[in-house]
Amino acid sequence: MRLRSSHLLGIDGMEPDEISLILETAEGFAEIGTREIKKVPTLRGKTVINFFVENSTRTRSSFELAEKRLSADALNFSASTSSFSKGETLLDTLQNLEAMSPDFIVMRHSQPGAPHFLARHANCSIVNAGDGAHEHPTQALLDAYTIRQSKGGFDGLKVTILGDILNSRVARSNVYLLTTMGAQVTVCGPPTLLPFAIERLGCRVTHEIDKALAGADVVMCLRIQRERMESGAFPSLREYAALFGVNARRFELAEKDAIVMHPGPMNRGVEITSDVADGERSVILDQVTNGVAVRMAVLYLLTGETSEAAA
Amino acid sequence: MKLLLKNGRVIDPASGLDAKRDVLIEKGKIAKIAASIAAADAKTIDCAKLVVCPGFIDMHVHFREPGQEWKETVDTGCAAAAAGGFVGVACMPNTVPVNDSRPVMELIQAAAEEQAVHVWPIGCVTKAQAGKELAEMGDMFEAGAVAFSDDGKPVYSSLVMRKALEYSKVFGVPIIDHCEDHVLVDGGVVHEGEVSTRLGLRGWPGVAEDLMVQRDILLAEYTGGTVHIAHASTARAVDFVRVGKRRKIRVTCEVTPHHLVMTDEAVLGYDTNTKMNPPLRSKTDMKALRKALADGTIDAIATDHAPHRCDEKCVEFALAPFGIIGLETAVPVCLDRLVRSGVIDLPRFVELLTTGPAGVLNLDRGTLAVGAPADITVLDTERSVTIHADAFESKSSNTPFDGWEATGTNVITIIGGRIVDDKR
Repeated sequence: MRLRSSHLLGIDGMEPDEISLILETAEGFAEIGTREIKKVPTLRGKTVINFFVENSTRTRSSFELAEKRLSADALNFSASTSSFSKGETLLDTLQNLEAMSPDFIVMRHSQPGAPHFLARHANCSIVNAGDGAHEHPTQALLDAYTIRQSKGGFDGLKVTILGDILNSRVARSNVYLLTTMGAQVTVCGPPTLLPFAIERLGCRVTHEIDKALAGADVVMCLRIQRERMESGAFPSLREYAALFGVNARRFELAEKDAIVMHPGPMNRGVEITSDVADGERSVILDQVTNGVAVRMAVLYLLTGETSEAAA
Repeated sequence: MKLLLKNGRVIDPASGLDAKRDVLIEKGKIAKIAASIAAADAKTIDCAKLVVCPGFIDMHVHFREPGQEWKETVDTGCAAAAAGGFVGVACMPNTVPVNDSRPVMELIQAAAEEQAVHVWPIGCVTKAQAGKELAEMGDMFEAGAVAFSDDGKPVYSSLVMRKALEYSKVFGVPIIDHCEDHVLVDGGVVHEGEVSTRLGLRGWPGVAEDLMVQRDILLAEYTGGTVHIAHASTARAVDFVRVGKRRKIRVTCEVTPHHLVMTDEAVLGYDTNTKMNPPLRSKTDMKALRKALADGTIDAIATDHAPHRCDEKCVEFALAPFGIIGLETAVPVCLDRLVRSGVIDLPRFVELLTTGPAGVLNLDRGTLAVGAPADITVLDTERSVTIHADAFESKSSNTPFDGWEATGTNVITIIGGRIVDDKR
């Protein structure tokens, strides 16, 4: 089978078979990362522009590695070095980039919907590498890959997402993906950091971390940004850690074989303590490893290829 | 020249008339209305299948002149009005510079002088629209201001609002408030609800409108001043107005066609032509607005015609300016989605665009009384149209209604006895 769209803009609206296709295809690509020569000619001659209008280290490096391992030609184009900061509109920037005939534009942008806007005007494939508080589909896919790796599947799995749900694209994409795949998702955080009517996305909501953790198979912590405290969402990082932080004692409430995840970057001692983050049930670095394979699979499948022909 | 509108269904809310009549126009005025008029020397228009109404008034438009003529001018705005069936408009003062004094007022009126469409300027409540000191309302009133508003912004200070409501009593004109507690809105760009959560866009909570509407009504009661709520968009806002009216407080309100026929679900997909302030609300809000439209709580339908050039709108959603145009879509959209679908009947619709706004602004307009200026809007309620934004008279085309099909439209606009638009 093939993906139904030539863009990856979000998880919302994706079918379970498409998600499975990406995860299965990624399995084939993961092996390449373990080889001595970590390169295949799959996307030779294809051009990818990594268009990052917001800072990113992890996601951009991961995409770049994925592109290089597939032998694509990758070009990095960031906001600070572009004419973007000189007042050029996003549409004009897109048209200039497209004039160089790329096959893909991978975009990170602070504005929700920016990749959707691009996709309406673009001829090449658009990959959303995070748009504001909206979606971060490849993060959710690599999270799903990591969960499947240790849990085998999603059906009936209890997943708890903790922290700043309001401003999190990772949370939204994960809620969409995991509920689509049959997991039971609970989100937890102070009410000031939960978006309006988040339960209508198909997840449960609680403000009590102990309840959120009880019986969880997967615990996903999200980064708490200092700016949120300054905007009045909570009184202090100290109080946040006391009420909503995951520590070893609390993590005991989860299932015995529960895993803990974090999309990074972590604030140690705030949303997660080091003993949990570095503990044996942490899969935080596996997430990073898997990110490359998942992004290879996404780029490959967006060319319209089928799973059979992979790797 | 004489003009005879023959055999039309004549609806005149001011007199309660709704019957087959002939209307004779002479020297720019309504000369006679009768079951049958013979006037061999008059140009005769067969209106047998048409509806003849007093000329429609849009009490809330933005014409962008002076200062942002690339979006709209008084000239193109008036052309859009005539094409949309409107004979007169009240234009909001958020031009550049803002219309907060007689010179700007006169500039706008000079531009409007050569227009057939009547342009009634609204002056600022406060100097520079800054919300601090009252603008020279008296001077502007003498120069032709029909109301005062800091539209686009609320009068945020309750003290300033109190003074504005008190001071404007001297002139007997309303303070029109754009009700938004902007501190609470906190950068919101779309109604706070499931849609804002799904899209990851900052929510604009309805309660931020409710608070200001309630405050304004309480202040109107306390001061005895007159407040008009611009573009009410929430269920609570119209509830408060309903209660206020029952308590004889001097409050009126308007609602836009888009808030009556669309909800925030239209924003899914990030089309910036669904971005306006106040934002498209929930289905519950839309239903409450429709109920308030039918039960008489709402005084006027007004478009909040807000032109923006397409490249200004063709950007990321949160960065796009608020606002859509409405002059050339209001009549077909409302006839189809409100009248044809049974939310309100045709006489009530006509009232909301004639005596309703005329009453709010104390305009001696909106009626077909003998001797009144012959400002007339003729409708064809059976004619099907498709809305094409690229065919608008307006300089801008920022509308969410592009491609909509509607049954019912305006076909002739007559101002001072002269046909200024004819779609037959």
